Amino acid sequence: MRSILRQLAVALALFWVVLTLTFVLIRAAPGDPASFLAPPTATAAELARLRASLNLDAPLLVQYGRWARDIFAGDLGTSFVARRPVTSVLGDAMPISLALGGISLLLTFVLGVAIGGVQGARRGTHLDSALTLVTTTVYAAPSFWLALLLIALFTYGAARLGLPLWLRLPAFGVRDPAGSRGFGELVRHAVLPVLTLTLIGAAGIARYARTSAVELLQLQWVRTAVAKGVPVRAVHAKHVLANALPTLLILFALALPGVLAGSVFVETVFGWPGLGRLMVSSIFARDYPVVVGATVVYAAIVILANLAADLALPLVDPRRRQ
Amino acid sequence: MAFWRTAGWQTRAAVLVLLALALGAILVPALASTSPTGIGDALALRLLPPFSVDVSRHFHLLGTDAFGRDLFVRAMLAGRLSLTVGIAGSVLAGAAGIAIGAIGGWKGGVLDRIAMGTGDVLLAIPRLVILLVCAALWPPGATMVITILVLTGWMGVARLVRGEVRGLRARPFIESAQAMGASPARVLWKHVLPNALAPAIVAIALGVGSAVLLESGLSFLGLGIQPPAPSWGNMIADGRELIVLAPWIALAPGLALILTVLSCTLLGDALRDRLAGDELETMRARS
Repeated sequence: MRSILRQLAVALALFWVVLTLTFVLIRAAPGDPASFLAPPTATAAELARLRASLNLDAPLLVQYGRWARDIFAGDLGTSFVARRPVTSVLGDAMPISLALGGISLLLTFVLGVAIGGVQGARRGTHLDSALTLVTTTVYAAPSFWLALLLIALFTYGAARLGLPLWLRLPAFGVRDPAGSRGFGELVRHAVLPVLTLTLIGAAGIARYARTSAVELLQLQWVRTAVAKGVPVRAVHAKHVLANALPTLLILFALALPGVLAGSVFVETVFGWPGLGRLMVSSIFARDYPVVVGATVVYAAIVILANLAADLALPLVDPRRRQ
Repeated sequence: MAFWRTAGWQTRAAVLVLLALALGAILVPALASTSPTGIGDALALRLLPPFSVDVSRHFHLLGTDAFGRDLFVRAMLAGRLSLTVGIAGSVLAGAAGIAIGAIGGWKGGVLDRIAMGTGDVLLAIPRLVILLVCAALWPPGATMVITILVLTGWMGVARLVRGEVRGLRARPFIESAQAMGASPARVLWKHVLPNALAPAIVAIALGVGSAVLLESGLSFLGLGIQPPAPSWGNMIADGRELIVLAPWIALAPGLALILTVLSCTLLGDALRDRLAGDELETMRARS
């Protein structure tokens, strides 16, 4: 119990330091956001009024105090561009990213562990080296390039390659403006973005999974179980899998930042109005409150995932219980 | 040399590919008959497919882009920047990590705690997100990208080296060196560091690949290397708009990127097998 509380406290402290760091970074940056917002004809007095209304004219410590108070009240400020609360701007983008990232993360994990597991079990065979080459190559590909390749194949190249109609997939947006608004349409639009994220993520996870599978299969008790006549399949399914659970949990926490980073590019290329695209467009618009808000959300997701993995480890691994 | 003789074909291929890319990046733009950044007779030269010969009998191995610039020469010129940023970013981050990890692990105390705490904070934000924020705040360019790569890339190596150093601290040969009167700096430099570097070297080799990828990502979004200077990332961004008309524009820099990152990964894997570090530990430090 005490260790759980301690881990919670550490996670909270970490989150607070990240928040402060974003505050410092944004304030340390050159350039005056007010001058971006005001029309070019604005007078000095108008600029000063704008700065005051944006809370940019107070001393830094006062700004930090106000900012901290607002954070506790759940207020991340107002978007310079959208003129709406940052929380509502983020709220609009979050479901899209969570759906895209969540589905991709799940597929990444299942596919990656399956490939790595097969490689570990068939270690040293041609299948193993072929899969290693494939995963290492896909892992080396930038997500935005892979996305373009898939678009070239399945959107523009589909007709030329003579692909069947159901394989001609849309490359942009969440749904067709003129088409149906059904669930099927959403799925069709989701195929390429999810595929991009899953391929890259699974290639990375397969590399980790193969390593830990090889380590596990070399252990003495695996040999003992096989030697005493337990079917190999049963050894793998029951004994090895049970012992792989802690590693799998760590892998899951490790896969998350990759999928998050990949979603920035995938959302940008495919025009999905999610958190990643919001972050990039806010950077170009110098919409600092939204940039900070998105950063905070990303950090919160990573910290929460690591915390969850830490808390869950003793549940699946009795050796870690005290 | 011993490394080469005992290396597998994949490792040898990786070394040769990296050497060829580096040589090409140095030589090709210098020897090329067409300028990779200047724009000539754009109307006659633009969007030529790979393996074509233009009106003035210049051969274009990878075709030309929307301004009639030769893509092979441009990809090689981009390689100069992308490889420099990738190698400098990873090696400097590794050097910082080695210094921080070694001193922290050797001395312990407050400094060590601060360093490790800072590392934990930086690890809690996805690296790309920090890169994006910094790239947004300061004027873009190669120096800026290298700086942020170093600031966000030292933590993994620092952890690895710190762990090794702490393990070495209690070993008899360190104690005997101290007993013979060697100064702490000498013990650290001559006896501890050489024994603690193996996992760091592996992490740095693997880190070159991810640094090249991150740089290309920033440049793709328009926040890294700025045109007209070519980088593989902003070349792919150029090709994005013309993916229907001229898919080869994005193809060339993408293949160069994959070859580079793939070679770095294979080389890093081979180094790890050779130097026998804990595989999962090194991979974790890298991500």
